[in-house]
Amino acid sequence: MTQLFYNARLIDPEAGTEAPGALLVDRGVIARVLPAATTPADHPEATVLDCDGQCLAPGIVDMGVKVGEPGERHKESFKTAGLAAAAGGVTTMVTRADTATPIDNPETLEFAMRRGYDACPVRIAPMAALTRNRDGREMVEIGFLKDAGAVAFSDGDRVMTDTKVFSRCLSYAAGLGALVVAHPQEPGLSAGAAASSGKFATLRGLPSVSPMAERMGLERDLALVEMTAARYHADQITTRAALPALRRAKAAGLDVTAGISIHHLTLNALDVGNYRTFFKVKPPLRDEDDRMAMVEAVREGLIDTLSSFHTPQDEESKRLPFEEAASGAVGLETLLPAALRLYHAGQMDLPGLFRAMALNPARRLGLPGGRLADGAPADLVLFNPDTPFVLDRFTLHSKSKNTPFDGARLQGRVRGTWVGGTRVFGT
Amino acid sequence: MTYRGRHLLGIEPLHPTEITTLLDLADSYVDLNRRAQKRSDVLAGLTQINMFFENSTRTQSSFELAGKRLGADVMNMAMQASSIKKGETLIDTAMTLNAMHPDLLVVRHPHSGAVDLLAQKVNCAVLNAGDGRHEHPTQALLDALTIRRAKGRLHRLNIAICGDIAHSRVARSNILLLGKMENRVRLVGPPTLIPGPMKDLGVEVYDDMREGIAGCDVVMMLRLQKERMDGGFVPSEREYYHRYGLDAEKLGHAKPDAIVMHPGPMNRGVEIDGTLADDINRSVIQEQVEMGVAVRMAAMDLLARNLRAEAA
Repeated sequence: MTQLFYNARLIDPEAGTEAPGALLVDRGVIARVLPAATTPADHPEATVLDCDGQCLAPGIVDMGVKVGEPGERHKESFKTAGLAAAAGGVTTMVTRADTATPIDNPETLEFAMRRGYDACPVRIAPMAALTRNRDGREMVEIGFLKDAGAVAFSDGDRVMTDTKVFSRCLSYAAGLGALVVAHPQEPGLSAGAAASSGKFATLRGLPSVSPMAERMGLERDLALVEMTAARYHADQITTRAALPALRRAKAAGLDVTAGISIHHLTLNALDVGNYRTFFKVKPPLRDEDDRMAMVEAVREGLIDTLSSFHTPQDEESKRLPFEEAASGAVGLETLLPAALRLYHAGQMDLPGLFRAMALNPARRLGLPGGRLADGAPADLVLFNPDTPFVLDRFTLHSKSKNTPFDGARLQGRVRGTWVGGTRVFGT
Repeated sequence: MTYRGRHLLGIEPLHPTEITTLLDLADSYVDLNRRAQKRSDVLAGLTQINMFFENSTRTQSSFELAGKRLGADVMNMAMQASSIKKGETLIDTAMTLNAMHPDLLVVRHPHSGAVDLLAQKVNCAVLNAGDGRHEHPTQALLDALTIRRAKGRLHRLNIAICGDIAHSRVARSNILLLGKMENRVRLVGPPTLIPGPMKDLGVEVYDDMREGIAGCDVVMMLRLQKERMDGGFVPSEREYYHRYGLDAEKLGHAKPDAIVMHPGPMNRGVEIDGTLADDINRSVIQEQVEMGVAVRMAAMDLLARNLRAEAA
């Protein structure tokens, strides 16, 4: 079966271009990228879709999605997460292992993947824990888990304090070519913190952490990476203090990449306002100078990946005093419209955004998606970057509605999402 | 100018004229409290609930007395002993309270912002009696009244706040209030007890006490919690007293008529010399307690007027 997407504005993150064109899809794979003049008459055998001049981009590969299975299905199931992903133009969810029952053995991983395949309209690429029960003492069966389909290994936001254990994990993973994803943070300095140190946290009387804690965590990890030659990805780099270390490591040729969440790229510490717990994320939101520096770092490619860090939390865990409230925000459906804020502000172009949201994560994890090229899977998102709307959190597909963008004015609506050529969102 | 708010959650949203209005009214309650017949009935028929999620004797009894003097029905709920232990959330507590139809709710909570959260969910006027490290507005107001009565004015004074600023809601509320009234505020203490960003709040920061209180009109001491003394934030009690304890010698660097304040309860021999604390020529610590009752009467009176205006 062939499909023709014509009259489209093709966003190609690999070539860094944005131009009118068409795509021919054959049996779920991009067969050819065609010129703008292509019409349905040129391909009478194909099912046609008129893109109406709107943007057609590779589907988002969202690195670090928390699904509540196993253990917290009341917060998010594979089904609801999948619906949210499809509605947000996310075609691959790279799921986290920090579930209530951690994904730290091949059997649990298989369960999660099976649930994902059964219930989810989008692709699942699971991460596994790096240590048993994520407690930083004994490494998981990295080999078996990798064979079973784990694309990366991570204890989530738990920092491994025992450097000897961590160095062995990194060495062992390096031997298998497995990617380790870590949360760079100095755990002693950041213990108990609910905000970034600064005037705002001081006025609000919130326990806070210096942005320096992130740099210290990153510097330590990078020293271990240098020692072990591991493949390493820092899940979130959010402060300008950490950037020089990242730059040095890359220049020195270490196999290092870094990511950031959409929230740290589009919100700052002041957005917490009057103790609004939907803005409590981990690490905490930073000041505006940090945010601007991070936008620049993503633009120039120093920070490689941009993701939602989708973290569903129920109302009860958020309707608490700020210090006691749970961290995290849902983001599968808001990642694209929030990222488009940077496009509308003239800070990033569309190929640059999709490089960070699709191409780079796919490459880093060894997945075939993220590209608009012959032979790539037809994982696609069609969107109009200009459609304005006001977000109502109760319209989200996620079971949990904890978005910091409730009531926000956003621009950019997904018109359709395709996974392997099959339409999973839009009509 | 009257008081505009429905609640008293902090000093931050207050306008200077609102502060003056409140202090003027409190002055009249000081007079009432000194009479033999101390009763008024401005809160008659209203129900005041004191809800303390954190231990307090002084603040709670001050609020209780203030409410009773104004004729309110006052009830105390000791929350640390009750339902939160059974897993009830703050929102559940708010719902329970709404069903009891209180008019004034006085709340103290160990977490910053918890009183704001509660205020969003209850139908009555809320007074913040201290939330975490955030604010303690009635303490700042009673300090202001004490200063105004001792110095004859509440502007263009040099005021030093000394000690554990980092963990103090009293310090934050005082910095905000004294700043709004155009005073020069200095913070004195070791860097471990003064967060760096404090300097962005329009204050001067000193780590040498003699320099910090030089030429001051008011020296305000803060309590240093016992658990913060043993090597965590300062090396020892005796080193702290040596460097930051207020005694006659250090006070000699302030103006000759400088007053000494302390929100209580004091650690004699830790942050303040016992003899100095009792010196009626310098210390206004007893007056602070007296002003506390009057300020809380004024605050509840103003909030009750707004409640009645809203109902009418």
